[in-house]
Amino acid sequence: MKKLSEFDKKGTVKVINVKGDKALRILEMGITPGAVLNVIRAAPLGFPIEVKIRGYSLSLRESEAECIEIEFEV
Amino acid sequence: MQQLSTIALVGNPNTGKSTLFNALTGLKQKIANYPGVTVEKKVGYTAINGEKVRVVDLPGTYSLNPKQLDEKIAYEVLAGKYKHEPAPDLAIVLIDASNLDRNLYLATQVMDLGIPVVIALSMIDVAKERGIEINSEKISEKLGVPVIPIIAKNSGEAEKVRRHIEQNEIAAPGALAWNPGQELDEAVEYIIENWIKREMDIPERAWNIEALRFLGNDHAINEIPDIEKQHSLRNVVEKARNQLEKAGKNYSAEEVLRRYDFIEKCTGSSVSTSADVSENISDKIDEFVTHKYAGPVIFAAILLLMFQAIFSWAEPFMNLIDLTFIEAGNWVAETLPAGMLNDLLVEGVIAGLGGVVIFLPQIMFLFFFISILEGTGYMARAAFVMDGFMTRIGLHGRSVVPLMSGFACAIPGIMATRTIENWRDRLITIMVLPFMACSARLPVYALMIAAFIPDTSLFGIITLQGVTFFGLYIFGIVMAILSALVIKQFFSSKEQSPFIMELPAYKMPKWSSVAHNVYDRGKVFVVEAGRIILAISIVLWFLASFPNVEIPDNLRSAETSPELSAQTVSQAQLEASYKLEHSYAGQFGHLIEPVIEPLGFDWKIGIGLITSFAAREVMVGTLNTIYSVEDEGGEALSLQKKLQRDVNESTGEPVYNVWTALSLMVFFALAMQCMSTIAIVRRETNSWKWPAIMFIYMTGLAYLCSFIVYQVGMSL
Repeated sequence: MKKLSEFDKKGTVKVINVKGDKALRILEMGITPGAVLNVIRAAPLGFPIEVKIRGYSLSLRESEAECIEIEFEV
Repeated sequence: MQQLSTIALVGNPNTGKSTLFNALTGLKQKIANYPGVTVEKKVGYTAINGEKVRVVDLPGTYSLNPKQLDEKIAYEVLAGKYKHEPAPDLAIVLIDASNLDRNLYLATQVMDLGIPVVIALSMIDVAKERGIEINSEKISEKLGVPVIPIIAKNSGEAEKVRRHIEQNEIAAPGALAWNPGQELDEAVEYIIENWIKREMDIPERAWNIEALRFLGNDHAINEIPDIEKQHSLRNVVEKARNQLEKAGKNYSAEEVLRRYDFIEKCTGSSVSTSADVSENISDKIDEFVTHKYAGPVIFAAILLLMFQAIFSWAEPFMNLIDLTFIEAGNWVAETLPAGMLNDLLVEGVIAGLGGVVIFLPQIMFLFFFISILEGTGYMARAAFVMDGFMTRIGLHGRSVVPLMSGFACAIPGIMATRTIENWRDRLITIMVLPFMACSARLPVYALMIAAFIPDTSLFGIITLQGVTFFGLYIFGIVMAILSALVIKQFFSSKEQSPFIMELPAYKMPKWSSVAHNVYDRGKVFVVEAGRIILAISIVLWFLASFPNVEIPDNLRSAETSPELSAQTVSQAQLEASYKLEHSYAGQFGHLIEPVIEPLGFDWKIGIGLITSFAAREVMVGTLNTIYSVEDEGGEALSLQKKLQRDVNESTGEPVYNVWTALSLMVFFALAMQCMSTIAIVRRETNSWKWPAIMFIYMTGLAYLCSFIVYQVGMSL
C-alpha cells in the first residue's frame, strides 16, 4: 500500500485508509476513505504539502502524510 | 421565544466568526484569559427582544473531539462541563458555505449536545463565485435545524440571525440525528449505561457525545484523573470497541465516516456545483506565493516592507509620547512643592506610565499588519512556506513573524505569537524570542563598541566595529535556535498535536475587524501588562532614590570654590551621582560586586544592571549619572572617554578593557533585562511560572557566557 508521503508528484489520488495516532484529526478534516484528494504542491524542502480535499486546501506535514494510504486515481 | 441568558458562538477557524461576534455585540466586549490557561475568552452582550443576553465567542475549532487546549475549552463550555463559564442555552454555528462538508462536521457535533442550534451560513457569495449554489432551505430541512444564509462581510447581516432567534421557538435537535447506525448506537448506549451514568457528573444532554469521545479517542480516557475510574472506563470502552470490531467496524473511524455520510446526503441534493471549479483565483495567486523558490523571496520582501513601515511610522509617535511624558513630568515637578511626593509622581508614576504607553505605536502597527495578513489568508501561506525550515529548529512556520518582530521589540513579538495555535510551539517561540537583538540593546552596544572596539578596517569599508555589531545580532539568533532545540526536548512528542493547517481562500480583509483587533491588542497591553510595568517602575524608582542621604560638605563646598565651579561638571550632577551611589540600588551594586567581578564588572555596572531592568537602554543613562557626565557643554568629557579612563582604585588597572566591553555586550544580548517582557510573558502565558523560568535561564545563560568571554579573553 502506498502512502501519501511517498507520492512525490502533483495529481489526484484516492484515499484508501487512514491509520496511526493522528488518524482521528485527519479523518475529521474530511480525508476519509473513498474521498478524492488532489496533491497541489510541496513547500520548500519537500514538506509540508498542499492538498485539496472536499473543495478546500489543506497543508500536511510529512508525519501526517505518512498516515494516509492512497491509490492512484485512474 | 424561550428565555435566553447565554448564547455561544461556535465555528471553524477562518470563518469570520469574530466579525459576526463584533456585529452582534458591538464594542461592549470583554477580553480575558480563561482561568489558569492561555486561551482567550471573548464575551459581549446583545439584545434579544429587548433583553440583555450574554454572547460568548468560543475558540475556533474543527471538531468537538478536542486535540488542543482551546478546542477543549470550546467543547467543555458547550457541554456544560466547564466550571468557570455557564452552559449556553443556544448555540450559533457559523458555517463557511465555500467549504460546506468540513464545516457541517462541526455542526453535527454541536447538534448532539441537546441545546437549540441555529446555523449561520456565511460566504455564500464566495461559494457562488466558485460555481457552488446552495439551497439553504433544503439543507435546513435535512439537518433539522434552522439555516440562515448571511454575508459575514456585511455587518447588517447579523440582524438576520438575531431576528430569527427573536421570532422563532427553536427546539434542540433530536439526539444523534446523523444516524450512527445500530452498532455504534449500541456501543454508545453501552458506555453510557455502564460508566457515564454512574461515574460522571455532567448534564444528561452531553452523555452521547462524551461516550463517542471515549470510544474513538484514547486521549479522552487518559484525561480522567482518578486512576481507578480510568481503569474501569477503559474496560467498558474495550468491550464496546470489541463489539464494533466484531461487526466489522473500525471504532476510531466509524463515527467520522457516519457523520460524513450524513453530510453528503444533506448536501447532495441541496448543493449544485457547476462544471469547471478546478482553478480559482486563490489557486492562481498561490502558484506564485507558495512557489518553491519565489515563495520565500516574496515572504522576505513582505516582512521587510512591513518592518520598514512599522519602524518609520511608529517612530514619530514614540517621540511624541516621550516628549509628552517628559513635559508632563516637568510641569508636575514645577507645579507641586518639591519633596518626596513630587519625586514619586514625576520619576516613578509619570515616567512609569510613559514607559507603558511608549510601546503602543509598535504594538498597534504590528497588529495592523498582522490582522491584514491574517485577514487576507496570506499568513497561512507564509507558515506553509516557512514550516519546513522552522520545524528543523524546533519551531513552527508561524513563528517567523513574531521572531522578526522581536528585532524591533520583544513585547509586540510575544503578543504576536497568538497567531500560533499550538500551545507548545507558541511557548517555545515566546521563550526564545527575547534573544532577538531588540532596539533597546542598541544604545548599550553602540556605547561599548565606540569606546572599546578598535576602529580598524578589515576589508575595505568593513571595520572591526561593524563586525562586532553584526556578530551580536547573529549571536542572538544562534542562541535562540539552540535554546529552541533544547527546550523542545522537555516536551514529550505526545504533546505535539497534529499540524494540519487550512489554507483559506484569499479574500479582502475586513477593515472593521482589523481596527477591532488593533484596538483589542493595545487595550490588553495597557490594562494587563501596563499595571505590572508601572508597579515595577515605582519599585525601581524607590531603589534608586532612597535612602535620602545627606550630601557631605566636601561636595557642598564645591559650590563656593571658584576653581571647581569653573569645571564643566555641575554641582547637581555630582550630587546626583553621590545620591545614586548611596541609594539602595547603589548599595546593591556594591553587594553584588563579588558575584559579577568574574565577568569583569564593577559595582557601577552592577547599579546599571539593576536600573536597566526598567528598560535596557536605561543602562546608558545610569552610567551617565554615575560618571556625572554633563549633558550639554562642549568641554565635558563624554561618557565614552570617562569609561576609557576609569581606573580601579586598588589595582591601578583600567576598569574597562575590550574584554569587559565584550562581556557586558554578551550579557546584554542574553540576560532577561526587561520588566516589560516579563509583564507581557506573564499576560500571554497566564502564569508567573514561565516568566520566572525565562528570567532564570536567560540570566543564567548570560552569566555563563559573559564569564567564559571575560575569563578566556583575559587569559589570552
